Amino acid sequence: MTAQSHRNPTGGRIDRARTLGFTFNGRYYEGHPGDTLASALLANGVHLVGRSFKYHRPRGIVGSGAEEPNALVQLGQGALTEPNVRATQAELHDGLAAASVNCWPGVRWDIGAINGLLGGLFPAGFYYKTFMWPARAWRAYEWFIRRAAGLGLAPREPDPERYDGTHAHCDVLVAGGGPAGLAAALAAGRAGGRVILADEQAEIGGSLLAGGGTIDGRPARAWLDDATAELAGMAEVRVLPRATVFGYYDHNYLGIAERLADHLPPAERAGRARQRVWKVRAGRVVLATGAIERPLVFDGNDRPGVMLATAAQAYANRWAVRVGDRAVVVTNNDSAYQTALDLSESGVAVALLADLRAEVPAALAQRLSRAGIEVAAGSAVVDAAGGTRVTSAEIRRLGADGTTLEGPARHVPCDVIAVSGGWSPAVHLFSQSGGRLRWDEAIAGFVPDISRQAEVSVGAARGTFDLAAALAEGARAGAAAAHAAGFGDGTATAPAANAREVIAPRPVWRVPSAGRGKAFVDIQNDVTAADIALAAREGYSAVEHLKRYTTTGMGTDQGKTSNVNALAILAHATGTAIPAVGTTTFRPPYTPVTFGALAGRTVGPLFDPARLTAMHPWHVQAGTRFEDVGQWKRPWYYPRGSETLHQAVARECRAVRTSLGIMDASTLGKIDIQGPDAAKLLDLVYTNAWGGLEVGRCRYGLMLKEDGMVFDDGVTARLGPQHFHMTTTTGGAARVMAWLEEWLQTERPHWRVYLTSVTTQWAVAAIAGPNARRLMAELCPNIALDAIDFPFMAWRDGTVAGIAARVFRVSFSGESAFEINVPSSQGMALWQALMTAGAKYDITPYGTEAMHVLRAEKGFVIVGQETDGTVTPGDLGMDWIVGKKKPDFVGRRGLARADCKRPDRKQLVGLLPQDPKEVLVEGAQIMADAAAPPPVPMEGHVTSSYWSATLSRSFALALLKGGRARHGQTVPVHAYGKTSWAQVTEPIFYDKEGEKLRG
Amino acid sequence: MKYSLLGLIKGAGNHHKDWPAAWRQPEPKPAYDVVIIGGGGHGLATAYFLAKEHGVTNVAVVEKGWIGGGNTGRNTTIVRSNYLWDESAHLYEKSLKLWEGLSQELNFNTMFSQRGVMNLAHNLHDLRELNRRVSAIRLNGIDSEFLTTEQVKAFCPIINTAPTIRYPVLGASLQRRGGTARHDAVAWGFARAADRLGVDILQNCEVTGIRREGIRVTGVETTRGFIGARKIGSVAAGHSSVIAAMAGLRLPIESHPLQALVSEPVKPVLDTVVMSGAVHVYVSQSDKGELVIGAGIDAYNSYAQRGTLQVIEEQMAALIELFPMFSRMRLMRQWAGIVDVCPDASPIMARTPVEGFYINCGWGTGGFKATPGSGWVFAHTIAQDRPHELNAAFTLERFSSGALIDEHGAAAVAH
Ligand SMILES: Cc1cc2nc3c(=O)[nH]c(=O)nc-3n(C[C@H](O)[C@H](O)[C@H](O)COP(=O)(O)OP(=O)(O)OC[C@H]3O[C@@H](n4cnc5c(N)ncnc54)[C@H](O)[C@@H]3O)c2cc1C
Repeated sequence: MTAQSHRNPTGGRIDRARTLGFTFNGRYYEGHPGDTLASALLANGVHLVGRSFKYHRPRGIVGSGAEEPNALVQLGQGALTEPNVRATQAELHDGLAAASVNCWPGVRWDIGAINGLLGGLFPAGFYYKTFMWPARAWRAYEWFIRRAAGLGLAPREPDPERYDGTHAHCDVLVAGGGPAGLAAALAAGRAGGRVILADEQAEIGGSLLAGGGTIDGRPARAWLDDATAELAGMAEVRVLPRATVFGYYDHNYLGIAERLADHLPPAERAGRARQRVWKVRAGRVVLATGAIERPLVFDGNDRPGVMLATAAQAYANRWAVRVGDRAVVVTNNDSAYQTALDLSESGVAVALLADLRAEVPAALAQRLSRAGIEVAAGSAVVDAAGGTRVTSAEIRRLGADGTTLEGPARHVPCDVIAVSGGWSPAVHLFSQSGGRLRWDEAIAGFVPDISRQAEVSVGAARGTFDLAAALAEGARAGAAAAHAAGFGDGTATAPAANAREVIAPRPVWRVPSAGRGKAFVDIQNDVTAADIALAAREGYSAVEHLKRYTTTGMGTDQGKTSNVNALAILAHATGTAIPAVGTTTFRPPYTPVTFGALAGRTVGPLFDPARLTAMHPWHVQAGTRFEDVGQWKRPWYYPRGSETLHQAVARECRAVRTSLGIMDASTLGKIDIQGPDAAKLLDLVYTNAWGGLEVGRCRYGLMLKEDGMVFDDGVTARLGPQHFHMTTTTGGAARVMAWLEEWLQTERPHWRVYLTSVTTQWAVAAIAGPNARRLMAELCPNIALDAIDFPFMAWRDGTVAGIAARVFRVSFSGESAFEINVPSSQGMALWQALMTAGAKYDITPYGTEAMHVLRAEKGFVIVGQETDGTVTPGDLGMDWIVGKKKPDFVGRRGLARADCKRPDRKQLVGLLPQDPKEVLVEGAQIMADAAAPPPVPMEGHVTSSYWSATLSRSFALALLKGGRARHGQTVPVHAYGKTSWAQVTEPIFYDKEGEKLRG
Repeated sequence: MKYSLLGLIKGAGNHHKDWPAAWRQPEPKPAYDVVIIGGGGHGLATAYFLAKEHGVTNVAVVEKGWIGGGNTGRNTTIVRSNYLWDESAHLYEKSLKLWEGLSQELNFNTMFSQRGVMNLAHNLHDLRELNRRVSAIRLNGIDSEFLTTEQVKAFCPIINTAPTIRYPVLGASLQRRGGTARHDAVAWGFARAADRLGVDILQNCEVTGIRREGIRVTGVETTRGFIGARKIGSVAAGHSSVIAAMAGLRLPIESHPLQALVSEPVKPVLDTVVMSGAVHVYVSQSDKGELVIGAGIDAYNSYAQRGTLQVIEEQMAALIELFPMFSRMRLMRQWAGIVDVCPDASPIMARTPVEGFYINCGWGTGGFKATPGSGWVFAHTIAQDRPHELNAAFTLERFSSGALIDEHGAAAVAH
């Protein structure tokens, strides 16, 4: 049976020429393009779509859009599955497969419903009062709670789809494409402004899509078609359907989530991005987000078939769906009268309209009676009977103060109850923008009051429910916004519509109970009016306490239909006025946004893209193992054949010490520093003095933070009187750049010095070893290379293997070494030339691991390994680098503090393990007393630890309390249950005099 | 009325009409022995322990909004004690021990759930640091384990441990006794228990000034009038500098927004807390089924409890890198708190140069876990007018002496 039992043969904005097949809970149904899953289900007479969160009560479709609290489904299968999708927002496509969430084994027979029977045990916050005994059992209780909670299922596979992100600027952003938003966009567009109009629905039009009415003397829908056509023709206007403005951040920065492919069958999505997040900086914002109808809180108001009046109306008009066979309408305001008429016209028998107000709008009432619909004034539905579908409504007269019931009960059989409890302006974005709300008695809702950003709310979003007034407001706001951005004269003519007289709603926040059943406030989270009363009694009477204690408004709908009702019932319970209770903070997003869409393209290979040097392809070809250092991929070691790390590193180290090694040093940070005050900047950020450095020379420097702790290091060369080339650690480059800029921009803005990051402009090959100079001599005819003409810590310009190069005589390995800088584009050529020419010396590429061993043998520290933000230059034995005569440098004051002068600070030492074959664990702790039970006093830790091929033994560097005075002692070193012993030494193991690197 | 299953059963019979207010809503008295500024978890815990451990019951907690509305009610509730330095380790471990009996102590289920906290290592530097921490923590007598990549996968099968990802998981540390708790319950539980011992909890009562006579405090000016106090404890998190300024003190604190977010609720998929400094995100799943996600602070200073979208985008990218299957999950709610960041990423819990004025602040991105321990030592400090040995190092003077307790490593990813 696939007939759409409740679809009318004509009408609606659906395409009957095509039929779409879909399944829900495994059953096959049909619908049409233009349908949502909800409208298609209702067209097939399906109301029961899920079970509630706590009591597992049967639940139906309540709304027709973003406000839907109940109809959450698991959409799609396998890798494409998505939990908790509102059936009212899922566009139907061929082959769509959906299932109810949170029920087992099925939505009709659900085991969890047993909770409903025990309901009395589970009032709001019951879990705070129990599950405490025995103390250890909580995780067991929790196991059950966790399984009971949650709604749909997370996907179990990686997401095969792709997402986009984009940035945009506009003069006017209009959020919401109903009549007010359209009028605003038209006015702003006609004035010539750049406009973005975003609407969450598949079609632009908002309330016009479901309602009737006339604009400019024509059916509103005809006006809508013209308006969208006109907007489409404006070059500076961008209309985004299926695009939810989800967040309003500071400085008129808004996020829009656009659904690009969700409405297509999976087969047609290939090659398309699924969703796109727009990040828009808007000159002005017009918020035309409409209003959300409120349910009424009466007993049994959660039964399938009880739905919002506008939703019932929308299903009739927009989707040509009869939501039932026999309806009761209950309202506290005028709007549902039209619903009753529209339902009746669509073929739903309307048994009765109950108006909570004693005084009913005469003209409307007359139209109803002409249509044969009884109007029961001063009456309400006080109970809805039924199980998986409502079967009848109990109607009673309300007492004058709305808290009592009068007269006899009438039981009216029906399968639908259409409810209107008034309207809440959708102030979410306004509130997110930082704007303050005001309670408006006349409409019984919160409206925008004081703005904090350049925005204005129009239409229903500010409580203007009349079509004519909404259009006028929109047009005015659009013109004014464009004018503010420099377009047009700020005026616009609004389309005309009939104004209506509206009688104020009668707020009866809790329809008096007929004594049976639960009355739900937050339908998704199963919060009842009684729960709110209990919370108030227990003192959770601040709105946020109420929300958190009862979970009202904390569900996936974020309380769109429940917040105001909850607030009002709380106010009533505590005897305060609603404005005094206050309102909750609306937080982004307006409706849930896909994580993947927020990540956009920055996933997979584009997640923090790896930085690669110019020589990277060579390393890859050589079978190099890489190490991640900061964002860089650096060669870690170059195994030959089946060599282990250990073997490769030993070989690489030997080559450097005995003949010639070559290392890719391109990743070091490089900053070009120019200007008359360049040397002053260096004097400020380094501990040593820079003024005297000659052009042609380099110097090593340590940078400290204000607290005197080592922060970065590197060699800086003087290229000219006002020109320096600074190098930083690989991982610290960006940090250092930001640090220098911060000092310049905030503390020394008057200094004339300019920084440029040139890290990737240069490729650097370091050659090191006794044969380094010989190789250089072959390749570098125009630089005098002997130790007198080109001493250690100098630099020269020249050519190397025919490539223009800047050569530094610096060494991190302790050997005679040259760092050859060439433009990046020449890096590979240089490397290859060096490898070819160096073959006679068995030139050996070495990676970071060998480099670490070599420098540790020499006692050179690595910032971030020997240091951790708590280490001073003195701790490293580098007091010599701290300028004693310098009047100031960053960190000087920090260093002067008493604690930095303690003799028993942790100081850098060497360690020689008692077992020369044992390589200590890096990070192992040095104990004060190997025999002490925990907590064991600790005196330091191993910072670096290696096997040294050169020394034929293991060695380590460590920070040790008072370590400089403890050379010769033996200390216990502990990691993972194992204690080893090591002798404390000077932190230098190779060429103490430095003859090799200078030679 | 004691909270118990029996009570609930009784309540079921009479529509739960008999549950009394969890705490009173008293009018301020003219004066108290101690006024605690700030009704967050730390302030309420301080009041509770003042009454319970030190017999000081003439105490008011003054809160400008609703209790727990600051960072206590905004945080991602990770509790652990795996800190590097001895001073921190002992303090947080004291706190963790208190957590382990807190629901019973308060007769309020704080849902402290020891599902483990796992810190991932993604490069050689991370591994070195991790070894260092695990070694130190274990020598301090606190549980901590090293997990290999395979063990990580076994413990939390949904993490992407493929060697091909941008920053492969090379290992992890795990503190099994770590976990999460229900943040609101902590505030409410302490409030209820403190109230029972006579503490007045004054909500909607903003402190606007501190009155001094010479170098001694005499009370607080509030939006509900002047309240006299012999001693004042400021526990105002992101607003600590503002309060301190009222007493004429400057604090070395920066206030930053720290954001967090939750997904829509789903059935259980993640049964531990996963944190990554290098990929820069952390995530757990709440008992309601939401994924609770956070990362780092917004870099600018602010008192407005809002953050930027860009930080969220980065968090999402990092999350998907580690958990590609979460890509189709959806962001349900995002928010920010204002965190009080100290230069050394450790708190200040101490006396001040102003007599009778004590401060407890600087918890930054990670003070929720310390809530009971912080209250416990701060109550001692106020009652005895000297620190407990557990907080003796957490002075204000350390910033001039240089004896810092640098825990930036522990706070590499905010939590
Ligand atoms: C997003 C986020 C995630 C976090 N995640 C974690 C985590 O996973 N684990 C962890 O351990 N920590 C985490 N933290 C940190 C943790 O939340 C805080 O360190 C801790 O909760 C601080 O508690 P508190 O009681 O000191 O502060 P708060 O709870 O902020 O309390 C301070 C109170 O002082 C009040 N106040 C301020 N000014 C005044 C005044 N003038 N008069 C009266 N009252 C005033 C405020 O209203 C507030 O209620 C996180 C923080 C944030 C923001």
